[in-house]
Amino acid sequence: MRILAKLVFIAALVAAVPAAFAQGGGNSKIDVEKPWARATPAGAMSGAAYMTLANKTATEDRLTGASSNVAAKVQVHEMKVVNGVMQMREVAGGLVIPANGSVTLKPGSYHVMLMGLKKPLVAGQSLALTLTFAKAGNISITVPIEALGGGSGNGGMGGMGGMGGMQHDQPGGMGKMEMK
Amino acid sequence: MMQARRWIIITMAGVAGFAVAALAIVFAVGAGKAGHIGVASIGGPFTLVDDTGKPVSDKTLAGKPYAIYFGYTYCPEVCPTTLFDLTQWIKKLGPDADKLNYVFVTVDPERDTPKLMHAYLSSFDKHIRGFTGTPAQIAKIAGEYRVYYKKVPTSDGSYVMDHSSMIYLMDADERFDTVITYQEKDASAVSKLKALASQAPTS
Repeated sequence: MRILAKLVFIAALVAAVPAAFAQGGGNSKIDVEKPWARATPAGAMSGAAYMTLANKTATEDRLTGASSNVAAKVQVHEMKVVNGVMQMREVAGGLVIPANGSVTLKPGSYHVMLMGLKKPLVAGQSLALTLTFAKAGNISITVPIEALGGGSGNGGMGGMGGMGGMQHDQPGGMGKMEMK
Repeated sequence: MMQARRWIIITMAGVAGFAVAALAIVFAVGAGKAGHIGVASIGGPFTLVDDTGKPVSDKTLAGKPYAIYFGYTYCPEVCPTTLFDLTQWIKKLGPDADKLNYVFVTVDPERDTPKLMHAYLSSFDKHIRGFTGTPAQIAKIAGEYRVYYKKVPTSDGSYVMDHSSMIYLMDADERFDTVITYQEKDASAVSKLKALASQAPTS
């Protein structure tokens, strides 16, 4: 009995480790790893979120849609630069996550496009995103927002420090101190 | 193994495509430098408004070399990344930064009002100005700069834009110098901008 209890405890520990790194819960068929979104310039109406989607099952799944309270519409897009021309397309029929495989959404490739932003995405904050899969259903995640230069080939190396003072246009704060 | 082979083919196709584009640019440079006015010349006269609503033309940029980039504010990735990179490069130019003009021209004039562009550009280096205009005015300048752009509808009734992703560097006489491609390495981009700034007429 003692041994069984110990085994259960160890099993629980082992199960908890991946859960700490991936969102989507222990029972989910899809792990959402390292989600992040790029901070948006002032007034921008669109933003993008990135992540790795790992399929833990032996059957293919598809990311068919997404929603967020910060955007009017969320779509899965693919970006490509072909002969110097940037092309962006909605992924038709959903983004395939192969059985026991994974797909990384990253700059210059697939991304979750947030359209009709209700407010700018500010570095250091986060946004709520619900991903819809054909088989795994809905998975709600929290997406940290990184600085504007985050993740790009150049500026991304600098990480959060890149933008310096430029991100600090906190709405509200200073405005309220206005003199009469 | 198959996967690797496929990637090699894709890469080769990409390299070939890039070579064609590079050749076209080399041809354009040659034609531009030689002073020919032909199909390959890049740049030309335009009339637009800036992000403060003031009328601008090619004369506004005359006298200083300039970096000109075509994009749109609804662009989630390439445009903010490019403008962010440009912001970093301008910083690295130091005092030379003032020797150049920097312009972001929208290819989405229907949505990019001067006001929206002004707000958007407040997130980047203050040297960068935004130009917009009527769809006809934008079509004219894009044609002159050999910029490709196309409206692509999305399923929700909105649209995104395909567009050329490079920054054109033009000399003080509005002749094409070279391009900075999307996500070009910092050192290369900065040295191109420095070289351009060194051509600025000293007043």
